[in-house]
Parts: sequence; C-alpha cells; structure tokens
Amino acid sequence: MYMQLYAYEIEDANMSDLKAFAAEVREWLEANCPEEMRQPISGDKDICWGGRNWKFQSDAQKVWLERMAAKGWTVPTWPKEYGGAGLSRAEEIVLQKEMKRINARSPLDSFGIWMLGPALLKFGTEAQKLEHLPPVARGEIRWCQGYSEPSAGSDLASLATKCEDMGDHFIVNGQKVWTSYADQADWIFCLVRTDNTGKKHHGISFVLFDMETPGVEARPIKLISGRSPFCETFFEDVRVEKHNLVGTREKGWDVAKYLLTHEREMIGGQNQSVSRPLHELAAASLGLEDGKLSDPMLRAKITEAEIDEWAFGLTMSRKLAEAKAGASLGADSSMLKYYGTELNKRKHELMMDATGHDGLEWESDRSDDGKMARSWLRTKGNSIEGGTSEVMLNIISKHILQLPGA
Amino acid sequence: MGLLLTEDEVMLRDTAEGFFADKAPVTSLRKLRDERDETGFDRSLWAEMAEMGFTGVVIDEDHGGVDMGFLAAGLIAEQMGRNLSASPFLSTAILAATAIREGGSSEQKSEWLPKIAGGEAIIALALDEGPKHNPSGTSATAEKSGNGFKLNGSKAMVVDGHIADALIVAARTNGEDGDSEGISLFIVNPKTQGVSTERTIMVDSRNAARIELDNVEVSGDALLGTVDDGMAVLGKVLNVGRAAVAAELLGAGSQAFESTVAYIKERKQFGSIIGEFQALQHRASHLYAELEIARSAVLAALTALDNDDPKAELYCAMAKAKLGSVAKLASQEGVQMHGGVGMTDEYDIGLFMKRIRVLQELFGDAHYHMNQFALANKF
Repeated sequence: MYMQLYAYEIEDANMSDLKAFAAEVREWLEANCPEEMRQPISGDKDICWGGRNWKFQSDAQKVWLERMAAKGWTVPTWPKEYGGAGLSRAEEIVLQKEMKRINARSPLDSFGIWMLGPALLKFGTEAQKLEHLPPVARGEIRWCQGYSEPSAGSDLASLATKCEDMGDHFIVNGQKVWTSYADQADWIFCLVRTDNTGKKHHGISFVLFDMETPGVEARPIKLISGRSPFCETFFEDVRVEKHNLVGTREKGWDVAKYLLTHEREMIGGQNQSVSRPLHELAAASLGLEDGKLSDPMLRAKITEAEIDEWAFGLTMSRKLAEAKAGASLGADSSMLKYYGTELNKRKHELMMDATGHDGLEWESDRSDDGKMARSWLRTKGNSIEGGTSEVMLNIISKHILQLPGA
Repeated sequence: MGLLLTEDEVMLRDTAEGFFADKAPVTSLRKLRDERDETGFDRSLWAEMAEMGFTGVVIDEDHGGVDMGFLAAGLIAEQMGRNLSASPFLSTAILAATAIREGGSSEQKSEWLPKIAGGEAIIALALDEGPKHNPSGTSATAEKSGNGFKLNGSKAMVVDGHIADALIVAARTNGEDGDSEGISLFIVNPKTQGVSTERTIMVDSRNAARIELDNVEVSGDALLGTVDDGMAVLGKVLNVGRAAVAAELLGAGSQAFESTVAYIKERKQFGSIIGEFQALQHRASHLYAELEIARSAVLAALTALDNDDPKAELYCAMAKAKLGSVAKLASQEGVQMHGGVGMTDEYDIGLFMKRIRVLQELFGDAHYHMNQFALANKF
C-alpha cells in the first residue's frame, strides 16, 4: 500500500530493459486486473487483508489477489523462493507506476508484508523464511504484532510478557495491548522476555506463534471512533516451538527496532493515502466567492496544510531515495513519523472544520456511517501508536542532534 | 523526484561551502557594516566569485558562463545564506542574467551576459514600488516618446540599486494598476538624466535603493522583451528569484539552527547543560523536521526550473512560502534559545534573524505565496 505511493526516480538502470518490462507489465495488468479493482477505494471494506478466515468482498478481489500472488507481485522485491518476483527496485517502481496508471488497487495489504517480511528476510533462518513468507505473499496467513503491553507503551523495552524455557519448547504467559486486528489474525509476531536479570533492552526475544494455540485470547477494544481495530491479547501457558524464535535469543530488541523503523515509515506515510485534496472537499462544502474559498481564515490554514503535505511527500521520496534500496532510514524514520502523523491530524481537523454540521453525523447512510468523524477520531491515535510524537522527538534529539541526556 | 544531487552538484556545493566560509564569513559582513563601506559589498570577493564561475552559473557558455543551471545556482545561494555573504549574486547573477537570457535581443545578450559572467557589471531589478511585493501593481509608466520611451515613477527595495551599472525597470506601457498585462521591461543606465537613486541600508546591513524616475528618456533599444508582455520574462525571473531566495533562506535557517544546537550543548544553567532540558530538545527536534521538509521544497523548486516543469511556478510558490515561515521560526527559536546573549550584537544569531526577515519579504512573503498557491489550485 504505502510503498506504492512514492514516486522514485529511476537511475542507473538499463532503460531499454525497463521499457520492455514496463510494456510487459502494462499488457499483463490490462489483461488481468479486473475492472472492479480499478475503482477508487471507497472504504475499509475494499482493502484486502487476506488470512484463513478472510471473506472476499467480491470475486474480483479474490481473482486479483490470486493473479498477483501467482506473479509474485504482492511482494515484488522478495526473492522468488519466498513468494516474490525478485524484482529490482527500478522494476518495482515501474510496476507501481503502471498500477497507478490504471488506478489498480493494492491486491493485498498486510502486516506480514510490511513488517514481518522485512524482519524475517534480515533475521530469519532459511527454514523460517520458507515456512512463513510464501503464505504471507499469497495472503493465506494474516499476521498481527504483539509489542505494547499495559505497562510498556512508549517505554516498550520494559515489556514483561514471560517466556520460559521448558527444554524442547517455550511457555509464554502475559498480556499485550493495542494488538492491531488480533481477533482476525492467524499468527502473531511477539516480543517476550526470556531473561530479566540484566538491563531492560537485554533479555527480550522475538517469537512467532499461531493465534489458535490453546491459551491465546484476543478481546477487541472499543475506541473513541466506535470501531475496534485493536485488541487486548492474553497469553496463558501458551506453547511456542523453539524453531519459532527469530534472531538471537535475548537480542530480540534488535529485530524489534528494525521492524519499528518500517512501522514508522508506514504510519508516517498514511496521510498520503487521503485521495481527495482538502481544498476540494472544502470548496464542495463551503463554496467559492470570486474564485476563493468563502471562509478566508480556513482557506489560509488549508493552504498551509497542503503546502506542508506536498513538501512532506517530496521529503518521503528524497529520504527513501537517499537510503539505498532496502536500507533503513535510521532515526530519520522518526522524523517522518512525527511530521506525517501531526500533519495528518491537522488535515483531519481542517476536514471537520470544512464539513461543519455534515461532518458531525455519526450513523447515517448520507455520512457513510459517520466516516468523516470516525476518521478524524482515528487519526488521534496516529501520533501515539508506533511511538508517540514525544518519543519521536526524543529519538531525533538523541540520535540526530546528539543533545546531552536525551 | 528523487531530489538527489549528482556528483557534479555535490562537488559544486562543497566548493561553494569552502569558498564562502573562507572568503566571506559573517565577520566580513560585520566589517562592511562597521566600516560603513560605501558599496556594502566586497569587489574583490565579487571578482573571485567570477573566477570561480559563480557569476556565470545560469549564463550559457557562448556568453562566457558555465551554464550549470538553477539547482547549481541554488546550491551557491544556500552557502551564501549560511555565511551571510554580501554580494550582488542574487540581483546580477540570478535575476538580471535570467531576465536578459530569457528576454534579451542578441545585442543585449552580447552586451551584458559576458559582463555579468566576468563580474564586470552589476545590474539591479527595479520592480516593486509599495511596501509589499506586487508585480501586477506596477504603476510606473513608460510612454512612447519619439523612437523611444519616457519613464516616470518610483521604485523601492531595488536590491543593489545603489551600485548598479544598469537597472532593469518594470513600467506600464498599457493597462491599469493590477493588470499583469501591459507591463514592459527596460534596461536603463542609472546615470541617465532624471534617474535619482537613494541608497537604503536595510535591517540586515545589506543594501537596496529607492529610485525615482522623472521623465527619463530611453531609446527603443532599451526595451527588454516585448512591449506590454514584460510579464512573460518577469514571470520566469521571479520564479527563479524566489527559488534562489528560498535556497538562501535554507542556508541561513540551517546555520541559525545548527549554531543554536551547538550553543545549547554548551550553555549551563541550574547546574545542567540546557540542551538536556526536554523543553528545548523537542523544539529543536521539531525544527530539524521542518528544515528537512523545507530542504525538499527548495530542491524540488530548483529542479522543476531546470526541467522547465509546467508546474515550476507552483513549486517556487510552495518553496518560498515554506522557507519564509521555516527560516523565520529557526531564527526566532535561535534567539530565544540563546537567551540574553541572543539579544546582543556580539552573537551572530541576531544577524541571521535580520537577514531572514529581509529574505522572507523579498519577492513575496509566505502569505503572498500561500495566496498564489491557493489561486493556482482554484480555491
């Protein structure tokens, strides 16, 4: 999803090969992308998350996922043996551009693709990659992330979920919170404590287990938006096989940090997915006078937000181009997360201002079941989840500005 | 746009960085100010800038330039911003060179471009008249007079107008105040009878001029571009000028920011280094983010100009609007975080605040460009 929104410049690549590839992609998409999958996304229901219990919205959604997965194009840059197509960055850009050209929807969105995948590719064993990546690529297994705990939010490394070594297996006991879609996920990648004798960053391990394992319970949390995208997740004597430990035992924090930079880039980039420009929404709601939005104060604020949004999008592209293909952005991902989420909150406040009474409707068909208001409320979590804005500013202070005591 | 610099551009930036830090640091500006230098700039520096090729950065090779383009010009301007280097680079090497290259006859190009590239002529743009930037509000007039024109009116904020060997004057040959059509450009010798120039030393210790035009007779050859359609040339000149000023703002804002961060790592109060206080850390980190966003805006605007992007004007408005507010924030936070010494003349941070105040006003402040951005997007 989000990766497709950035326009990369194609450099260094063999242009004639790329042109041939582009023609091939175009022809294939033309023949294989169902018409229905070329329509703008109208709501959450149009996003395909996959998984064992996934109910496809339509045949077109199912066919589109199957065809793209068969090409390896749900995860185009992953190696072929893991369900990808082994595309270069330049080829991936071509694919993204061609998809964008016909307005093709993303065939599959998943935490498996955005977060677990990069972590396994970097830290996983060959057997782990072969076991877990292809089902992610095909949309057969839906993953959730077990990170935060009731007492470990911004201070994630103080997590306490206990993982005991029982010889041939582990036993996990504890509680996670803010587990996105845990009630709908098939497997979880989870941070647990295997040792509590040293410093808090030490003794954390990264484990994988099936959500159907006895002792796992996910309870949805109702949010201010009235929706429940997150759960509280409880583990009581949950058995985890030893081969499902990723990376080095006690050093799960390295995996966690690597994965967090991917999460931050994702959240920071989310504001780019709002399709209709703010000023159009405002013009439709308030009207124009002499070609100008009829509320001059709001007009100024909208202009400022749109300028920031444009410049932020350029910064996303620049930072991703600067970090070489596949490389992590390091602490700059915190800068992007901070700026992108604060901007998104600002935009949604302005959207509420622009739509006035209409935007306040909560349950009507006219308001698409309160979409405007619910989205506005949902954005308030953007600057909390994945590290609060304050934590992001701390990270910039410490790692970029190198301020003392940060 | 990836907005990555090429090897050549990195080399140019590094060269400019060393050059201005060495030849025209902030102490040079202080010296010009304190000695009340009559020109307000250093001619030997200008000659060295010509030797480096900086003065000919947007001039084609046939006319003695190095033709490296607008991104290159912006990289030079950014380094000048970092050092508050005083020179007629903006007025002459950017604005006048672009105006003549875009609108000049072959005679005008041959006469002026090699002189600009060689550092032998200083040319100032006499456009604005009132307290705020308003090109279509031009009310100075140029009436037909024999084979030539007769110019009347007054101009303000003519950057480097006090030392110019030639002025590019915008005057109305048709239409009324507020029309963007009907404006024409003229190359005028400031020694012509009827031209009077008052040097105006500005808050940043740099110089501009107020210029009165009282029945100034110029020949038909003085016309730059087409009668009534000066905006065709001026539009491009202003886009380039705005992007270059945004680049200078980026340099000045970044330097103000970096010196502030360095200061709060040293200053102690309450037994602590003040940079340990989260109240300052978060504001500094926010500024870091804003400056990164601002840098992308500048690079994108300069790149759009080099690519003749149809949206170049919008990019330049975006960049000038963004830099106007971000650089201002950087200087304001800089003075505040310096505390008492931030108010003293001895520390440089105040000089950055003053220069940024002037630059954000030049060719339209953030409000002006926000309005332009909104109008271009039809709201």
